[in-house]
Amino acid sequence: MAVIILYCLLPFYWMLVSSLRLPSMGRSTDFIPNPPSIENYVAVWDPANNFAPAIINSIIVSTSVTLLTLLFGILAAYALARLRFRFKGVVLSIIIACSMFPGITLLIPLFKLFTATYPWFPFNWMNTYQALIIPSLSFGLPLCVWNLTAFFRQLPVELEQAAMVDGCTPGQAFVKVILPLAAPGVFTTAIITFIAVWNEFMIALTFGTRADMYTAVVALSKFTGQYGFDTPWGTIMAAGVILTIPLILLVLFFQRRIVAGLTAGGVK
Amino acid sequence: MTAPTTVAGPAKRPATKAKKNLMSDGQGALAGLLISPTMLVIALVVGFPILFSLRESVFRTNSGVDPTTGIVQSGEQFVGLANFTDIFTNPQTVIGVFGSMDRLINAFLNTTFFTVVCVTAETVIGVAMAVIMSKAFKGRGLVRAAILVPWAIPTVVSAKMWALIFDANGVANKLLGQNILWLADNAYSQWAVIVADVWKTAPFIGLLTLAGLQTIPDEVYEAARVDGASAWQQFTRITLPLVQPALVVAVLFRTLDTMRMFDLPFALAGQGKYSVETLSMFAYFENNALRYGQAAAYSIVLFLYIVLVAFLFVKLLGADVVGDPETKAFAEQRKRQKLARKRAKAEGRELPAPMRSTITSGDSSS
Repeated sequence: MAVIILYCLLPFYWMLVSSLRLPSMGRSTDFIPNPPSIENYVAVWDPANNFAPAIINSIIVSTSVTLLTLLFGILAAYALARLRFRFKGVVLSIIIACSMFPGITLLIPLFKLFTATYPWFPFNWMNTYQALIIPSLSFGLPLCVWNLTAFFRQLPVELEQAAMVDGCTPGQAFVKVILPLAAPGVFTTAIITFIAVWNEFMIALTFGTRADMYTAVVALSKFTGQYGFDTPWGTIMAAGVILTIPLILLVLFFQRRIVAGLTAGGVK
Repeated sequence: MTAPTTVAGPAKRPATKAKKNLMSDGQGALAGLLISPTMLVIALVVGFPILFSLRESVFRTNSGVDPTTGIVQSGEQFVGLANFTDIFTNPQTVIGVFGSMDRLINAFLNTTFFTVVCVTAETVIGVAMAVIMSKAFKGRGLVRAAILVPWAIPTVVSAKMWALIFDANGVANKLLGQNILWLADNAYSQWAVIVADVWKTAPFIGLLTLAGLQTIPDEVYEAARVDGASAWQQFTRITLPLVQPALVVAVLFRTLDTMRMFDLPFALAGQGKYSVETLSMFAYFENNALRYGQAAAYSIVLFLYIVLVAFLFVKLLGADVVGDPETKAFAEQRKRQKLARKRAKAEGRELPAPMRSTITSGDSSS
């Protein structure tokens, strides 16, 4: 048990320790910071690093993708979990296949499209929010539908049958009975989707090429820091801790639900 | 989980003409309405780009000066499969860990190597973690919390974290008492990537396996113990076969995810390091160089590779990816009907009437 905990936390501990050193001691290998310092956490917010705008970009993109996928995903997942229709196997296969596609295959034509290379699409969408949001739907939506379908399936079908016996249409049964009960599942799915989009790198790197359109992870990967030519390890680690702590708090707080969601969804 | 579906046996041929779609009982239209927005979005953000990738992969953007006419070229040109066959006719030789070879083949080998090593290590460590967690009673919540930490850390952050650990003056060398240049362009950088990837994802496999383990009733183990089975026998004869369905799906997802790996080697080792360049990275660099045709072709190679591996997993290991009880029941029903028809034909009997199904949706035993 202790081995597992150490395995999971030791590298993270190293990141934390390294972020608490003096900026000039970025490569130090002392196991506790000596002397401890929070200067790195100040340096992170230096305007040259573009970290604050990047975090705002990340929040905008992740929230938009999460809301959009929930909007579409809830409807689709309900139909997949409850209704009987032809081609259900096909639809499920398409959705699961989408979550396995290599992102790069999708990115190349989208890059060409968003740089206004095609004559029939004369808009340059590079460095816009839509260029960051739309490609992210390609993995966010399958993830969301898949998780929600698993959640809806767990709710007993008798609930809706009872509602329909009482005169509800299937639509009313869904809105009045199922949706309130599925709220925890929807919430968990939202967190999982949010984290997936927050951590996404390739799309953000491709379509946000201007410093003011970096997302947080892209900004972090491009840190050059303010202390000369040496890689600013302390600042990078501090930024990593800042990016990770909210996610870890979120995950710890909703631990049980997220574990249930991950095991039900099975995808990433 | 008990099987939530039942299939009625063959009934008398109904008096009215049997409906073509046995599943439909008026829900089809509603389902279509609910599903179409999602499918539309998927068609736009996945279907359309894939078709265009296929198209791009047989074109090439003209650049430079035409050698015969001396005119600066522009636009693009249909080149057939040249983007794919360049590895034979016009190789772009690079030196990686596996020797000097075309950059595409090098990326392909790196991708395969990473996938095989990472997934194997993750599965072994993950299953070991799951077994330990299922045995222990104290501190299970703590471990579960710890296990989610690597999962939640953004890959780029973890890549930077490992880059510092594997720095030439870093803590990895200090602990090992070595002076290895982990992040230079060599075989050690491959292992740095592998360690970072395994660290991040083995707990995830552990989590999925644990969920499978917890569905195995204790009585099974008790019975085995009474019969004198050793701990190892219990593990290989009971645990592994019973978690296999869940494990195979988890391993499949991890395999496909590792095959498209991009951000970890990119952020850990950096650009232009051929020893860790994966297919995703290679296609990305080509795209950045505005060589759309080549980039699309390499991404199609990766795509086909992934499709092939997924197909093999489903066919050979029987990974039940879709996991929908209703769909499964219908597939079985179709198989039975086909068999019945075949048998009837062979025996010269009248073909059996189509069956009316009573398959219900949802996980209820109604």
